[in-house]
Amino acid sequence: MKILVPIKRVVDYNVRIRVKKDGSGVETANVKMSMNPFCEISVEEAVRIVEAGKGDEIVVVTIGGRQCQDILRTALAMGADRAILIETDVAVQPLAIAKLLKAIVEREEPGLIITGKQAIDDDNNQTGQMLSALLGWPQATFASDIGFSGDGIRVAREVDDGIETVDVKLPAVVTTDLRLNEPRYVKLPNIMKAKKKPLDVMTPDDLGIDVTPSIEVLNVADPPARSAGVRVSDVQELVDKLHNEAKVI
Amino acid sequence: MGILVIAEHDNHAIRGATLNTMGAAVQLGDDITLLVAGSNCRAVADAGGGIAGVTRVLHADAPHYDHGLAEELAPLAAACSEGMTHVLAPANTFGKNLMPRVAALLDVGMIADIVRIESADTFVRPIYAGNAMATVKSNDAVKVITARATNFDAVEAEGGAAPVEAAGNLPNPAGLSGFVSLDSPESERPELTSAKVILSGGRGFGSGENFRMLEDVADKLGAAIGASRAAVDAGYVSNDYQVGQTGKIVAPDLYIAVGISGAIQHLAGMKESKVIVAINKDEKAPIFEVADYGLVADLFQALPEFSAALDKLD
Repeated sequence: MKILVPIKRVVDYNVRIRVKKDGSGVETANVKMSMNPFCEISVEEAVRIVEAGKGDEIVVVTIGGRQCQDILRTALAMGADRAILIETDVAVQPLAIAKLLKAIVEREEPGLIITGKQAIDDDNNQTGQMLSALLGWPQATFASDIGFSGDGIRVAREVDDGIETVDVKLPAVVTTDLRLNEPRYVKLPNIMKAKKKPLDVMTPDDLGIDVTPSIEVLNVADPPARSAGVRVSDVQELVDKLHNEAKVI
Repeated sequence: MGILVIAEHDNHAIRGATLNTMGAAVQLGDDITLLVAGSNCRAVADAGGGIAGVTRVLHADAPHYDHGLAEELAPLAAACSEGMTHVLAPANTFGKNLMPRVAALLDVGMIADIVRIESADTFVRPIYAGNAMATVKSNDAVKVITARATNFDAVEAEGGAAPVEAAGNLPNPAGLSGFVSLDSPESERPELTSAKVILSGGRGFGSGENFRMLEDVADKLGAAIGASRAAVDAGYVSNDYQVGQTGKIVAPDLYIAVGISGAIQHLAGMKESKVIVAINKDEKAPIFEVADYGLVADLFQALPEFSAALDKLD
């Protein structure tokens, strides 16, 4: 079974982001970029499935500028076999991303798609569900465990009430949550090997997909700041303030 | 022209976040259809007719709507969206799972997790874990939206008298997926997302057993208990306790963070709380930057003292 893993390049999760002064977005020039943490978990899961003998090929795909090749190489070093870059300078939105991925699915015919539940930049949490809808496939979102059973998979999903378990038929789309696994560290020999693995580049035009955004970003601003609080010296002072000043207890 | 709100329910009662979603819907217009899809859920549909602001209830009842599976609900919601200007659901795991599927079936983009409505097509939503706020304008014919419950006041659950209609022409079952089980820890405490007071613990507790120290104080305050991702990852408590960018978004009157350092991903889930208290032994912990009241102390001393001090209040 072939596994397709769509991934995204984002501002590294440790970076404290800065909003551009002109309100056009968030500063990404000279900022450390890396693979979205949920996408890293997705690649790791695919590699584990292949290691367990349940899959035989992993194709990673991303959409973005030429610089996105770095995260594809990271995924190849983690154990993916091939990579595809759909190169565009447009900030492609989830529906168009899902359409591009659908075109890739039609070419590659994977039996399973694993992708992150959300990217930590736009926090949209949409692409996997949209792709699954366009394909008419089942979806198992927010996965914290994936097991194979019969001709399908059994997935534990992290939901607000706890853990929901669902059975889905294959082919399916799974979106990953944080506790699914801990991604491996990439070893140097694997980085060297990854340089020789195939990386195809194509464009949205090649796939016949219009990526014009339907949602305009009018402005990006800092969130309202909280006014500075006070330090209290001991528990008694804290309880007094909460009782008499804030009146919340 | 109208607004469709997808009710979240368990076939017995409508969940609270739907009332907040209605709070967003009433800002957009006054012709609001509430879709109640489930199995043997007539009582829920009837209760939906009582919710303030609801013009009519569409009731879809079939066995395959039993567990709110997105593969089954999305085609129904998409069919009911015909002629609608807006389709809304809560921005929780129910809405996040369902609504992108609805949007894709309608061939429109989706506006996730809105916190403010500027106009019928323009909305404000947090990005980068709430470290930036984006104002976005949708050019799609139908606006598919999830609304963050903490930013919209709940409408009244009772008092209305909207008619209940049976939804016609239900789509055939998709049969792609099946519900197996829901493992939901029993708790007598208030629900995290609607609690007035939340006591949250982090890795500072060191073990699941120590984490239970929070229970005594939570009992005295009538508080819900939350946790940082670190505490959930370490196995002190289950995932439904997690507050943060990828967990629950909360905004109680009082949020007490104990032994939580305050990673941006955690702050994203609680920084709109009215009053924030931080108790941490590391005076440089980032949690103090958002705290109204900060106490640098060892939690293993501070918590018992806090409990004793609460006893002395009148």
